[in-house]
This record gives sequence, structure tokens and C-alpha cells, in this order.
Amino acid sequence: MTKTSSNGYKSGSRLERLLRTGEFVVTGELGPPQGAGGDVIREKAVLLKGVVDAVNITDNQTAIVRMSSIGAGTITVQEGVEPIIQMTCRDRNRLAIQSDLLGAYALGMRNVLCLTGDHQSFGNHPTAKNVHDLDSVTLIQMVVKMRDEGKFECGDEMKGIEPRFFVGAAANPFGDPFEFRPLRLAKKVAAGVDFIQTQLIYNIERFAEYMQKVRELGLHEKVYILAGLGPLKSPGMARYMRDQVPGLDVPDIYVDRMIEAAKGIDKEDKKARSQAWREEGMKITIEQIKQMREIEGVAGVHVMAIEWEEAVKPIVEGAGLLPRPEPAA
Amino acid sequence: MIIAEQKPLEEIKALIADAENVLVVGCGTCVTVCFAGGEKEAGILASSLRMSTKLDGGPKAVEHVTVQRQCEWEYIDPIGDRVAEADMVLSIGCGIGVQALAERFPDAIVVPGLNTSFLGLPTEQGVWEERCAACGECILGLTGGICPIARCAKQLLNGPCGGSQNGVCEIDPDTPCAWQLIYDKLKSQNRLHLLTEIQAPKNWSSSRDGGPRKITRQDLRLAAEESE
Repeated sequence: MTKTSSNGYKSGSRLERLLRTGEFVVTGELGPPQGAGGDVIREKAVLLKGVVDAVNITDNQTAIVRMSSIGAGTITVQEGVEPIIQMTCRDRNRLAIQSDLLGAYALGMRNVLCLTGDHQSFGNHPTAKNVHDLDSVTLIQMVVKMRDEGKFECGDEMKGIEPRFFVGAAANPFGDPFEFRPLRLAKKVAAGVDFIQTQLIYNIERFAEYMQKVRELGLHEKVYILAGLGPLKSPGMARYMRDQVPGLDVPDIYVDRMIEAAKGIDKEDKKARSQAWREEGMKITIEQIKQMREIEGVAGVHVMAIEWEEAVKPIVEGAGLLPRPEPAA
Repeated sequence: MIIAEQKPLEEIKALIADAENVLVVGCGTCVTVCFAGGEKEAGILASSLRMSTKLDGGPKAVEHVTVQRQCEWEYIDPIGDRVAEADMVLSIGCGIGVQALAERFPDAIVVPGLNTSFLGLPTEQGVWEERCAACGECILGLTGGICPIARCAKQLLNGPCGGSQNGVCEIDPDTPCAWQLIYDKLKSQNRLHLLTEIQAPKNWSSSRDGGPRKITRQDLRLAAEESE
């Protein structure tokens, strides 16, 4: 028995409704605090409200303990900012994930992003035991089954309301093996994923190559793909991301542009240099958004300005994407 | 085979601190081949402990013996008298050997001298790598003979995570990405279609998650009983 919702939407989330009408959507990201203070979330939510269509709430990102994604998401719901709950396979088995998703739905959350999760060795509890009962593909399948069949992973019927989530996943176009990446995306599509947010992209040409393969497989017609972008803050950050972060491809031109941005500014005037770098970083992201809009099959952008939420509004505005549209009911 | 490595001498000394007469028991099988707990290592460890405890001012009598296989009653029964004479047994077999001694000789205090590390093989002289996680439900037929349960840091069943870069795992540049290896192998064999099929959630009940495991072969048992 396949259950469908009365309004024809899978979840009815704002994100889903906008994507369905063909709007070029913008999502953002909000990292919960390493503490129990809800006000931090409220302050960040204010910066993103009306600027993006939905906001990812990270789930112990980089394996560092933070307020739970669902806890923080509950606060953004109260603040009128639609959350995309991130859910990793690292910390929870299939029982915990399903139970948490029931709770998240009851609390008003409508989008979930299914992730494998960063390895715990990167975080602040490297001696922890990891779970990985499911992987991102089987997690997608499970959440879709809960929604479309009203059944738990084991096959048991749910009692009462089923959680109707708009189901997302991540894709890293530049992970290896490069040729396998579009096929891995196809696997997530086959599992029933509704939308994809990519990892940070700086090499737009190489991403366009990836999208070419994605179109050849017809995947762009089966899933909404949001391209991940993030403003650089400094030449140091650009270099670090180019040289140290696995899975990122940062072309030299952006490192050079960041260095160039503060040329002529007194080295002692740190504030002015930082300001110049940040402006250049935002400018690059704005250019990249415009480039992304030209790539067939890109349904929107996911702007990740980690611990720099103030940057999102000028970026979205600079890209000509404000005000954000109101979705049809 | 089972791969193990010796615990630091200081840790071993702390484990045997309360004993006067210690019997080091080596094993002639896996841990001999990986140079952790064979005849030679048992001799060296016994000698090191004698010297070290003497220098510390509390000399201990440390003897050693090595059995062919510490995980079978028939090989350990013959050392029963020597175990009884010692007031502590320091096993440098794998964790199975330690427990076999403790189970067979209930009065003996048995402590481990090794850390049992994994099931693997020597990939070159002096280098051992993990190959099997003993999950109880082998999927190597789907993965080109490369195990993602033992060799992927996240035990993924549906392909590489985003952290696979230049053939190595994001957690350690010395660790090959198991999924890159699987991809390369299946590609070279024209069997990439195996990777496009979704593998369902694994049944972990045959793994450690189902509790301690036991295999009973009635065919073998009955034969054994009849011969008695």
C-alpha cells in the first residue's frame, strides 16, 4: 500500500514546493552550538530568515559534539526558518534513526538529509565506537519507505501518522573514483532520494563535467540538485581547503584572487585586510552562483557560510535572488 | 590468521606485579607467524621480565613454555603441571589462547601479554593488514574479493563515501580506500554492474551484534559421541 498525501506533495515542505514550481532555490547551513544555549540558534536564524528557503542543521558535524540537529531544528521551526535535518549513520543504528525521525516530524520538521557522517577520528571523541548500521543509500531507502509505505525498516506497519519527509542526500562530485561518482548518485536516486546537496564546489568547470555525466544518465530529471558553494574568508582558508581538505578541488585562481584582494593594504591593518578578503570571498561566491544557474540540471544552490552566517544575505542579494519567493500552498 | 602485538613491558609488569613465579606461555600458531608470541618471543619476554624486575629490586622467577596451539585443549593439557606451579600465567597467545588457559585451568590467574589486533595477513616483511571482520555473512563475492566491512572505515556497503581521495581513505593517508580497490577490481573484470545494485541493510545478527557466536555441527558431534 502506497500512501500519498492529499495535496500531491511528498512532504509539503517549503523546499519541496519551491522546487516543484521550478524556482531556483537557495538553502543555507546552521551549525548548532557546542552548548545548550538556544539563543545562539535564534540569533543565527534571524540572519537567515527570508534569505534562504531552508536551512541545514548539521548533525555533530566533523564528529564534534554539538546540540542535536532535531533540538536545534525545533528552535528554527519556532523562528519561522524551515530546517533540513541532517542525519548521519555514524552515531545511530536503524532503531535510533527511525525513532528520532518520528520525533522530528512530530516537532514540525519536514526535510531530512541522509548522510554517512564524518569519521569520528576527525572529531573531539576519537576513541568513540561508530555505528554505521546503515549507509547513506540504505538510510534514504528507509526514510522513503517510512513515508511512502508507512512501514518501518523491518516491514512492520506504523501505527497512526507516518513521517512525510522530503528526502535529501549529499554528493561529492570530486571524490574518487571520479568516474563512479555519477553512478553513486544514480544509486541514491534509485533509493528514492528527492534532492541532492553537493559538497563545496570551487572548480566549476570540473563540476560542469560531472553534471554532463549526470544528464547523460538522466538523473537531473529525477532529482533536484543543489550545488554547494561557500565564501572564502582569507587566503589561508583558501590554501587550506586547496591543500588539506580531502574531496575538495580549489583552483589556484581563487587562492590568487584572495591574496590579490588585500594587496596595497597595510599589513598591520588586520581589520581592513580581513574586510577586503571577505568581500572578495563573497564576490567569488556571487559569480559562482551565476555560473551555476547556467548549468542545466542545477536546481539551486546550497550556501555554506560556516560561522559566517552574516555573509549569506549579501551573497544571495548580490546574486539577484532576493526577495525569496513564497511557495504556492 | 590472527594478528597480535605485544603489550608495552611496563603494562605487562603492572599485570604481573603481585606474582613471584610467572609462567609465560607462548603459542606456536598465528602469533608465532606474526612474531608476537611464539617460542622466540616467549623466551625474550621471560628474560626481559627477569632482568627488569631484578633491576627494579623485586626479582621474579619467570619461566616460559610454548605450546603448538593455545586454543585447543589437547595442546594445553600437557602444561597443566607447570601452570599449577606458577602463581601467575602470562599468556602471549591471542585472546582465545588467554581464555582457553583460563577456562581449562580454573585456579590459575591468567593475564594477557599481547593485544590481539585483527584477522589479517602480512603484506610485506614486517607489515600486517586487516582483511576480515568475521561478520558471519560473507559478501566478498559481490565486492571483487575485497572486504568493505573489514577495510572501509565506515563499513559501507554501497560505494565510497565523499572522503575517498587519490585512492586513500580520508582517515589515514596510509590506508587504501577499500571502495577504490573494489571499483578498480570490478572495472578491470568488467563487473561494475555489481556496484550499481543497492545492497540492503546488512544483517548484523550473525556478527558480534547478535551476541557471542557459536557453531554446532550435529554431524560431527554425533560421530564423536558414537566413537566414545
